[in-house]
Amino acid sequence: MSAREEVLARVRAALAGAPTPPAVPPVRSGRPLEELLDRFAERVADYRAVVVRCAEDEVEERIALALDGARTVVPADLPWEVPGAVPDEGFTALELDDLEAVVTAAAVGIAETGTVVLDHGAGQGRRALSLVPDLHVLVVRADQVVAGVPEAVARLDPARPQTWISGPSATSDIELNRVEGVHGPRRLVVVLVGSEVVGRGSTLGGVGTVGGSSASH
Amino acid sequence: MNATFVGMPPFPSAARDALADSQLRGNLAKATGTIRAKRAAVVAEVDDWEELRLAGAALKDRALLDLDSKLVQLEESLTAAGAVVHWARDAEEACRIVASVARDHGVDEVVKVKSMATQEIGLNEHLEAEGIAAWETDLAELIVQLGEDLPSHILVPAIHRNRAEIREIFLRRMAEVGRPAPADLTDEPVELANAARLHLREKFLRAKVAVSGANFAVADSGTLVVVESEGNGRMCLTLPEVLVSVVGIEKVVPTWQDLDVFLQLLPRSSTGERMNPYTSTWSGVTPGDGPQEVHVVLLDNGRTRALADEVGRQALRCIRCSACLNVCPVYERTGGHAYGSVYPGPIGAILNPLLRGVGTDEQVDSLPYASSLCGACFEACPVRIDIPSVLVDLRAQVVDAHRPSAKPEAVAMKAAAWSFGSGARLGVVERLSGVVGGATGRVGRRRLPGGRAALSRVPFGAAWTRSRDLPVPPRESFRAWWKRTDGGRS
Ligand code: SF4
Repeated sequence: MSAREEVLARVRAALAGAPTPPAVPPVRSGRPLEELLDRFAERVADYRAVVVRCAEDEVEERIALALDGARTVVPADLPWEVPGAVPDEGFTALELDDLEAVVTAAAVGIAETGTVVLDHGAGQGRRALSLVPDLHVLVVRADQVVAGVPEAVARLDPARPQTWISGPSATSDIELNRVEGVHGPRRLVVVLVGSEVVGRGSTLGGVGTVGGSSASH
Repeated sequence: MNATFVGMPPFPSAARDALADSQLRGNLAKATGTIRAKRAAVVAEVDDWEELRLAGAALKDRALLDLDSKLVQLEESLTAAGAVVHWARDAEEACRIVASVARDHGVDEVVKVKSMATQEIGLNEHLEAEGIAAWETDLAELIVQLGEDLPSHILVPAIHRNRAEIREIFLRRMAEVGRPAPADLTDEPVELANAARLHLREKFLRAKVAVSGANFAVADSGTLVVVESEGNGRMCLTLPEVLVSVVGIEKVVPTWQDLDVFLQLLPRSSTGERMNPYTSTWSGVTPGDGPQEVHVVLLDNGRTRALADEVGRQALRCIRCSACLNVCPVYERTGGHAYGSVYPGPIGAILNPLLRGVGTDEQVDSLPYASSLCGACFEACPVRIDIPSVLVDLRAQVVDAHRPSAKPEAVAMKAAAWSFGSGARLGVVERLSGVVGGATGRVGRRRLPGGRAALSRVPFGAAWTRSRDLPVPPRESFRAWWKRTDGGRS
């Protein structure tokens, strides 16, 4: 018998007479979160990332300020102009290691946890790009910010590779002292684009998928 | 090496040594205390925490009680996404699969992101015997590996080492295996972390093959999830050409959307953060991005044995957050090494006997007694594993396994001796445990003739008390009463 057949047979034998799987009790169905963008900015900053808020027409200026002349790589389809930056042409890891900074767009921002999710789609580049350089400037649009983790999971496509980022790389392995930056970028700058008005009034239940998510389990 | 460290003494004697090590106890007390406080703060922020726990437990049960079809579904979606799926009955088979992938690519080294499953199967040792070096890339695991040591905590495996020791290990050992530590290295944590960054970056940038585990495997989308802090996981999952992930069959969750529950439960329970710095998800191969050859090894190695145990199967819900370790009064004093296994603490005390079976190994059989049954682990567990009940059930199994050749009293009493053999330990046990009346509901009450409450099972002697009812102990122990009333004076 192949390992596959044998493991599956063991599973079936182990479950003989087992009860039917339980129903999944509902989880929260919505809680108002008025200052969505304020909360997002505050929670990102809690991780000791730098948060910059600006209007759409200030983005390029803010990116340049954050980069401060660093040798920078960008995804070829980044929607903002970054003077002096080299577009990714499939650099090797070693070549990326020679670059100091990277600028990318994002897919989703999560207010409750201060998380930015990349799905490495438009404007975000492949995974290695936002990993190897030591400074990551991440641009998040106001309409990408959702209230909590359930809304983020609902918006994201599992077929795409994802990187959920909550602050810069960190470790507490040495006597539980938090040290920023081990292997990922040691500096993270999140540029949040768009006015407060965009996010105001959103609720945790307002996205439409929340609550329904647990009923379908 | 299997689930327990070879040659480890049983828990009571290992614990005795650990208790005598004041450095270890100091570090542990600080670590567990700090994480406990952080966890409490971020859990308190979530007003539906209890609902999330219930949902997390139910979701895992749904996967486990339907595991055969969930595994087949996972295999299908992984394969459709371009991954190669392997099945492994045991540790040996899993190790051989990983080694053969490495050999196919002609490499003599692989980079690894911390994974309990690969530790459980002794993968590093196996690869080493085949001439393949396995580099641990998690800072703590690096400290443990360079120190030729064993991890002592699921989450902070090097918690038994202080900064001076870490500096000494880096200076002495890094040069032997790669980029040396800077000669002027101090014991500042920032400098130590930077030395590790430089040492490991060299390995990440040249590695062709990486090995990982997974925190979750999503059946409907074929997605694997790795939750981490440092970025070494991202390095391993992204830069090499080939990725092999060893995934216990209990890691399956039914759907992508279910991750909303687990990605809320895990970071808050584990490191006490709203979210861990990095979570990576991937479904097979993404053209032009990351490893272009992706293998997944679905591992049994005792999990189906645990699944067959009606009381114990709930242990397979475990998401390895380590919250139960941090609240455990026994763990806080003995540390992880005393459990002699990659799975220490309360979860280790049930998982090791469940995975390996009882009655054959003294070390494993001693583990269900390494607890005071205080119930703190159950309260902390994000997937509501009722560890005390499983412990009690396993104690009965241990005693049964030793019958008739060994007198059950001897087994039970030997374990009881560990807790009753010292005033300090007895204090801990009494204050927090089912030996005091408060928690005895869990271990089964009966009535003595005449209506007096009786315990049909007490901790440390399940089978012994099966045939001998004991009066229920008072709600307050003598020692607690003495302390509270200053020996009856107040
Ligand atoms: S048993 Fe529960 S608390 Fe302990 S590590 Fe597993 S999930 Fe966490």
